[in-house]
Amino acid sequence: MIPSPAELGHLSLWLAAAAALVMAAAPVRPALVGLARPAAVAHGLLLLCAYAAMTHAFLVSDFSVSLVATNSHTAKPLLYRLTGVWANHEGSMLLWVLILGVAGLAVALARMPLGETFRARTLGSLGVVALGFLAFLLFASNPFARLDPAPPEGMGLNPLLQDPGLAFHPPTLYVGYVGLVVAFALAVAALLDGKVGPAWARATRPWVTLAWAFLTMGIALGSWWAYYELGWGGWWFWDPVENAALMPWLAATALLHSIRVLETRDALRNWTLMLAIAGFTFSMLGTFIVRSGLLTSVHAFAVDPTRGLFLLVLLLGLTGWALLVWALRAPKVAEGARFAMTSREGVLVVNNLLLMALLAIVFIGTLYPMALEAWNGRQISVGPPYFNATTVPLIVLLAVLMGVGPFLAWKRGTTSGLSRRLLLPGLVATASAGAMLALFGVSGLLALLGVAASAWLAVASLQLLLRRGLTFGRAGTALAHLGVAVSILGATASGALQREALVSIPLGDGFALSGFTVTLDDVAPRAGPNWTALEATLSVTRDGAPVATLRPQSRTYTSPPMETTEAGIAMWRAGDLYAVLGKPDGSGRWQVHFWVKPLIHFIWWGAVLMALGAVVALGGALRLGALARRRRALPAPPAAVPLPAE
Amino acid sequence: MSGRVALAALLLAAAPAGASASEPAAVDPALGTTPLADPALEAKAMRLMHELRCLTCQNQSIADSNADQAEAMRALVRSRIAAGEAPEAVRADLVARYGDWVSFRPALRTDTLALWAVPALALLAGGLVARRLFR
Repeated sequence: MIPSPAELGHLSLWLAAAAALVMAAAPVRPALVGLARPAAVAHGLLLLCAYAAMTHAFLVSDFSVSLVATNSHTAKPLLYRLTGVWANHEGSMLLWVLILGVAGLAVALARMPLGETFRARTLGSLGVVALGFLAFLLFASNPFARLDPAPPEGMGLNPLLQDPGLAFHPPTLYVGYVGLVVAFALAVAALLDGKVGPAWARATRPWVTLAWAFLTMGIALGSWWAYYELGWGGWWFWDPVENAALMPWLAATALLHSIRVLETRDALRNWTLMLAIAGFTFSMLGTFIVRSGLLTSVHAFAVDPTRGLFLLVLLLGLTGWALLVWALRAPKVAEGARFAMTSREGVLVVNNLLLMALLAIVFIGTLYPMALEAWNGRQISVGPPYFNATTVPLIVLLAVLMGVGPFLAWKRGTTSGLSRRLLLPGLVATASAGAMLALFGVSGLLALLGVAASAWLAVASLQLLLRRGLTFGRAGTALAHLGVAVSILGATASGALQREALVSIPLGDGFALSGFTVTLDDVAPRAGPNWTALEATLSVTRDGAPVATLRPQSRTYTSPPMETTEAGIAMWRAGDLYAVLGKPDGSGRWQVHFWVKPLIHFIWWGAVLMALGAVVALGGALRLGALARRRRALPAPPAAVPLPAE
Repeated sequence: MSGRVALAALLLAAAPAGASASEPAAVDPALGTTPLADPALEAKAMRLMHELRCLTCQNQSIADSNADQAEAMRALVRSRIAAGEAPEAVRADLVARYGDWVSFRPALRTDTLALWAVPALALLAGGLVARRLFR
């Protein structure tokens, strides 16, 4: 009898665990070092096989696989059968190890200037992490568990997850997490070798940069999805699940900047290693917070005690190991070169400390309710009021420093010419805050500071972009910083200038909100492939002229049965008109929630700019246009590496 | 989670009977979906409603949720703000009725001192590290 693809997938998973064991063991004995690369290649390929088998089971709707039966349905569109593989607990963990396996494959096959022992040690750490996750998959949440007899039909995918925004949110985020795991593995190898310096930083920086770009996009996708799909009108709620992704991002942001200092100036060695370990720890914590349900509710933890306990032990084991390596080896690493406070390194250090302070706030704010409940049984909520009040001032301060830093020289504090460069950003910042106050009547201090900081940073970044001798590195920095400015502007303006109305109106009636008139024209039934809905038609006019027609829906999915709200959204200038249809009150009135959200798209466009900036920065000290110019000017030796411009 | 939701529902169901004696302002149910006529009062109510948890929802404020429970709580908040009560008095009353869980702004108490001290402590620690580095 030919074994089914699902069984082959299950077998591949076990064989991948064996390969991970070889990876983990290889660096221990010199005789085994040569095994590290083939083991990593086998590990990556076996995980690809396992993942392909699972995808096959979802594509052909093989309901003998328990995971497919509980999460899929024959009526589900093809795209969501593919993405449905990771839209559940076991499948998402399978995707996680797959990405880790592919990263191991890349480390095994890429050029490694630091030597084969170093490569084997890096792969060894990846093997340890992979073993932990594979053990969790195989013993506590096997994705290939079978059902006999197989049910004739599946239970279907949660309709909230049948959405392009969320379909690609987990893979993007996971690539970011795994990138940080690789950075950590490189840091452990460096600690063991005792060779922490510019060469190590050069080898590690691309991983950190790409991880950061993916984390940025992953978080932005999640926020965008929450905004248009959940129908609550917001884009960030400081929910534990959101914070779980934000924490590794903050650590990665700090790491991205300190590794630049290490590469250029051979300074901040220990600090950079510590950040690499922190990035890994928070990636683990992020994965576990979301996957164990530990934080959304202490009670969900008890629903499946084995699984939760397994994850907790794995989390403590992996992070404990990471911290132990650091504690044992870090004292042997010298801190490196010194520098002045007003140098570029100096500002980068202050930036790092502010990011760590933000990380501490998010960490404590996220875990405090759980710790308090365990301690004295009191249930408190730590929500947006706490996080906004504590983080926004630090973010404003960061933005101000981000405008200054790139204009400073490395090593020593020469502030000459700085005031001239910062004159324009300062003027524009003051003018913007003044305009907000005078034209829009915004009087909140944090909102005015947010607008001023955003304008300051945007102008400073554009100046950076327009300076002569632009390198890819500097262009990337400028673009990413500009992205931060754009996001801050979007977040501030969409909050401070937002107008909302929550009304209950009969058909044909309407209401007015800040210059707009909204009329409820109609409510009619609609049907889709696996849902039915009530759809409202809301016509929006401004000064008598039609602006948009919004069609919010109240949807009912059939498999599984579930009600969702589909917001009606229309672009208006750089913002949105956003409407949600609520329930009828029984006497012919419908509940309508309507928002005007100026500039809200800037939040996500800013994130795209940040990620783009990171990718551009991979070009490093190469000058923009240098290649083309050289080709035109003289038949220069192609291997000539341009000198660092800064 | 379901245990908590059930508990919240129970508390809400029991609330009107116990609370009616001390209720200072009559709750107008229509205010659950109708803004207050005075924009200043409405803004005041809105600010508070964004900081109160909808007890039957998954991490949503009563300003953002379409749930019946959120509507009832909006009516209560608007009625009492319209009657001239201070937002913090309304919040305190709801906390007394439903527990700390209902407010997204944790109160400053001995057992939340560490929470509110974190930002200052983190900055202080950062300052010390910076001083060591630049000395």
